[in-house]
Amino acid sequence: MFEGTVFKFGRDVDTDVIIPARYLNTTDPQELAAHVMEDIDPEFINRVKAGDIIVAEENFGCGSSREQAPVAIKAAGAACVVAVSFARIFYRNAINIGLPILVCPEAARGAESGDLLRVNLDKGEVVNLTKQKIYQADRFPEFMQEIVAAGGLMNRVKEKLAGRRPGPS
Amino acid sequence: MGMTITEKILARACGRDEVQAGEFINAGLDLALANDITAPLAIKEFEAAGADRVWDPERVVLVLDHFVPNKDIKSAEQARFVRSFARRQRLDNFYDVGRMGIEHVILPEKGLVVPGDVVIGADSHTCTYGALGAFATGVGSTDLAAGMATGEVWLRVPETIRFNLEGRPGRYVTGKDYILYIIGMIGVDGALYAAMEFAGGAMRELSMDGRFTMCNMAIEAGAKNGIVEPDAVTEEYCRGRARRRPVMLAGDTDAAFARVVDIDVSAIESQVARPHLPSNAVPASELADLKIDQVVIGSCTNGRIEDLRMAAEVMKGRKVSPEVRTIVIPGSQEVYQRAMHEGLIDIFIGAEAAVSTPTCGPCLGGHMGVLAAGERAVSTTNRNFVGRMGHVDSEVYLAGPYVAAATAVAGTISVPEAAR
Repeated sequence: MFEGTVFKFGRDVDTDVIIPARYLNTTDPQELAAHVMEDIDPEFINRVKAGDIIVAEENFGCGSSREQAPVAIKAAGAACVVAVSFARIFYRNAINIGLPILVCPEAARGAESGDLLRVNLDKGEVVNLTKQKIYQADRFPEFMQEIVAAGGLMNRVKEKLAGRRPGPS
Repeated sequence: MGMTITEKILARACGRDEVQAGEFINAGLDLALANDITAPLAIKEFEAAGADRVWDPERVVLVLDHFVPNKDIKSAEQARFVRSFARRQRLDNFYDVGRMGIEHVILPEKGLVVPGDVVIGADSHTCTYGALGAFATGVGSTDLAAGMATGEVWLRVPETIRFNLEGRPGRYVTGKDYILYIIGMIGVDGALYAAMEFAGGAMRELSMDGRFTMCNMAIEAGAKNGIVEPDAVTEEYCRGRARRRPVMLAGDTDAAFARVVDIDVSAIESQVARPHLPSNAVPASELADLKIDQVVIGSCTNGRIEDLRMAAEVMKGRKVSPEVRTIVIPGSQEVYQRAMHEGLIDIFIGAEAAVSTPTCGPCLGGHMGVLAAGERAVSTTNRNFVGRMGHVDSEVYLAGPYVAAATAVAGTISVPEAAR
């Protein structure tokens, strides 16, 4: 469970504005984080604090497959993204790298920049403390909950690879 | 209940007789792809997981195409990192400067993707290969790392939205105009998580290059994949190229679609998508007189030989406007060479356009044509997001090669009819 201040964005926030391609000549999370959201809100990186929450409307993370987008958001300190809906590659990437995301249309539409949000990931509950409203996010499909529970996709891959190798004799 | 072609391909890939939309499956991969931007992260994840060998060195394809020939020291370091991994892993299909092209142009061209395949690529435009009757979808670097290690990917079987295209298109109306029109109709999340299946008489008449353009932009409507059922055109394209045996599948007549959209292509005019979304499509004629600073003809969307022929047809014997910087980028070495043999390169240079070695370069504001503040480009690429091709205050108008070439000549947004 965590609390953070809302940074509110509109619909169709694409990965080119989350992290412009001109910065994709590096994979260093901190270097990427220095430019996160630069083309949509140049002040974002100066104002965001660890634990803050990005809230957006439909189709967050549309466009390119660059995993640098959720990586940059996470490295900038944002604790979570709550949106009306997510573009599919961003959705997979966020789960794979361990950036919490919640599909919660009512909470996303009802929140404004500056609101204080409390998010309980286990319960999928979003509370807008400023507006005094409680919302229930969509549950992840069971298949994806397993990936989250394993601590990300690569942990599952590790288990799989270990299973393939001949065990100690 | 019957299955769509997408469902049939995925059923086959997980060794089952049947799958249904909405199910989660583990599919076996025929190919896994990454480029110079996405491979470095994937390689790091692959190695961090303790994987030592890729699952199949013939089926992991790495293409250096975005920031090459390298635009700066950092991108050179990234390319070197990928190159050394490819050598260490003895990958059969690693494409570097001089042998490379834009990934989604060269994979079909070299017969690496065949009908019936399941392909993931750490590049959103991997959906291009659906034009061959394959299932192909873009993923991030971690999914790709898992695919390289295991030869598998988890997928949710998508619902299918079927687009029936009928009628005869206008003289200068292309696959690009069809897809911009469709995205304009359904929006940038109009096919979110779904398969976009393109069918009907007008699709049967459409060339392979036109089909690649359409499936390429399925992601711009949020789709998981675009797909066209293979036919005689597909078979002809695969002849002499396919490195594996194509599996030509077709959907059942009683397959279930989430939605069916009928389109009369004879009513579609040449399209242009205004900034800053691909869904802002309007007839090009509505934007006449809009002054343009740069025209780009190329990319994974429109960098194939047919695209260059269209552009050359308009530019032949003309000069581009002195106010417009025109950049033509063949999508592969093969396309470049064919264009040279057909005299297209002479036409472009004669028209005072720049011709470049294959690269994704300007499409994503990387290099080879970055825009300054306030500048406006017409581009045959796929995205016109804020800052996509350069400065945050620059603008990109998406169009097909005919409109792009006519605009280069006129200096303002134009249709080829006007350039005659």
